[in-house]
Amino acid sequence: MEDQNNQFAHIKGWGIDADPENDPTYPMKRYNGDDHKRLSYQAPPPQPLSVEVLHSNERPSVSAVFGTSVPPSGLSGKIRRYAFNYSEGSFGHWIPLLLADRVNVVEGIVDDLKQGHVPNIFAEWGWKAEWKHSPTRLIGKVVLCTVATAALIALCSGKKKGKKAVKAMLPRR
Amino acid sequence: MLAMNYRGPYRVRPDFNKPYPELLHPGDAIVRVTRSCICGSDLHLYHGLVPDTRVGMTFGHEFTGVVEAVGSEVQRLKPGDHVLVPFNIACGVCPFCTQGLFGNCHESNPEATAVGGIFGYSHTAGGYDGGQAEYVRVPYADIGPEIIPAGMDPDDAVLLTDVFPTGYQAAEMGGIRKGDTVVVFGAGPVGIMAAKSAWLFGAGRVIVIDHLEYRLDFVRTYAQCEAYNFRSLGDPVLFIKKTTDYFGADVCIDAVGCEAAGSAMQTITGRKMLLQAGSATALHWAINSVKKGGIVSIVGVYGPTGNLIPIGNVVNKGITIRANQASVKRLLPKLIDHVMSGRVKPSDIITHRIPLEEVADAYQIFSSKLDGCIKPVLIPPSANA
Repeated sequence: MEDQNNQFAHIKGWGIDADPENDPTYPMKRYNGDDHKRLSYQAPPPQPLSVEVLHSNERPSVSAVFGTSVPPSGLSGKIRRYAFNYSEGSFGHWIPLLLADRVNVVEGIVDDLKQGHVPNIFAEWGWKAEWKHSPTRLIGKVVLCTVATAALIALCSGKKKGKKAVKAMLPRR
Repeated sequence: MLAMNYRGPYRVRPDFNKPYPELLHPGDAIVRVTRSCICGSDLHLYHGLVPDTRVGMTFGHEFTGVVEAVGSEVQRLKPGDHVLVPFNIACGVCPFCTQGLFGNCHESNPEATAVGGIFGYSHTAGGYDGGQAEYVRVPYADIGPEIIPAGMDPDDAVLLTDVFPTGYQAAEMGGIRKGDTVVVFGAGPVGIMAAKSAWLFGAGRVIVIDHLEYRLDFVRTYAQCEAYNFRSLGDPVLFIKKTTDYFGADVCIDAVGCEAAGSAMQTITGRKMLLQAGSATALHWAINSVKKGGIVSIVGVYGPTGNLIPIGNVVNKGITIRANQASVKRLLPKLIDHVMSGRVKPSDIITHRIPLEEVADAYQIFSSKLDGCIKPVLIPPSANA
């Protein structure tokens, strides 16, 4: 033991929390049996429900306190309400929630425009910081996006032209 | 007031007109924020990986602040107290809280039973607005917040809300015995603190694996440990086996979570296609690198759906897996002592102090690992009010 203390003398506090009694296989560090009295514990007073709060169907009601950050609304809200019909163990719960998040992004842009605010998406991406600290990376991204967009446009217009050409070749009835 | 506002994946902005928070429960407090970090796990929200992350929400679960107002039932705190606020929202009376599992409170999150309430961490973690704002509502104010001890550096205090406790609990859950070889996957802020904490439990050897050279350089010095780049190692599992006489490490810690690099298959299925709850590369390596009968400790954050991991190897090797959100409140007395005695100086990992008004740039810098960023702290304009 003395040898080890000398070996690690250069590390402040080495071994100070070593605890042979620490049983890492049991997570309740202050076991008192309360988990067997779970139906009789005195819950804190409930927070008044001032907005719509969805709750997991794996619990009977909302918890004593909850966040009221962004209540469900619009199409994304409908999807979220649907998702909460399924338990947390089900993909029927999580996949619709991810879908709702993406729908919510579009709703966010529409809301901004409704309020007369055109979102500065480049600023929201933090392009200024990227330009300052990694301009080549930003240029690479811009080039990649430009090439991808051009390719997409070319592909779409090519398809249209192709359809027109095929139409022209078809015999008229 | 000014607050960070989430607009969608990779898009955040400062919102100068967010309504001030209100006392909604007799146990609430309103806190004026003095420091607020961006956590590595905030990046999972920022990248759109956590379900039920709603547009308009304010992130931030690592913050300190001054109490401005308290609800009628709050007895321990009063206006003017400068507090550090654990990231867990915990009631203190449910069977989990009373047994020290403050990260698993049963009375703080209606939306999911698998996780307790967390400030600013999506509606899956309770739907609370977070501390990347000038003011924040703090529920159960008598339970979580801790008055910052006189003489403590406020930058150390803010890292006691999550980073240091999470890294420390990773080491604690590893059940480290004196002389053990401990491998930490990830040299981000939590991985760095896990490496530092492993010595406190008497580790004989601490090895950190990552792919960012500047972070490896930092952890080598700060945590006085070995640090290796997995890109130059080739196969990190094989490396760990060879360097432990082909036995494997005694303890492996996953301090990366769902955005791990290093495996194309995991990255494509986990991060790009969302077919699993993020990329489980680090966990894969941890399970395969640990010795038979060893312990894998997980503090990296994963989403709720599921991940591809070699569970057969867990069975065949007889591995114990330990994982949890850190129980900050339980650990605080010990960790405050480590900080005040000078054994650990968490604030050394802070590399960037950025005004809250520039929150979009701050997220970009941290997310893209620009400018040697390890830990950014946001400073609201009202911090010195």
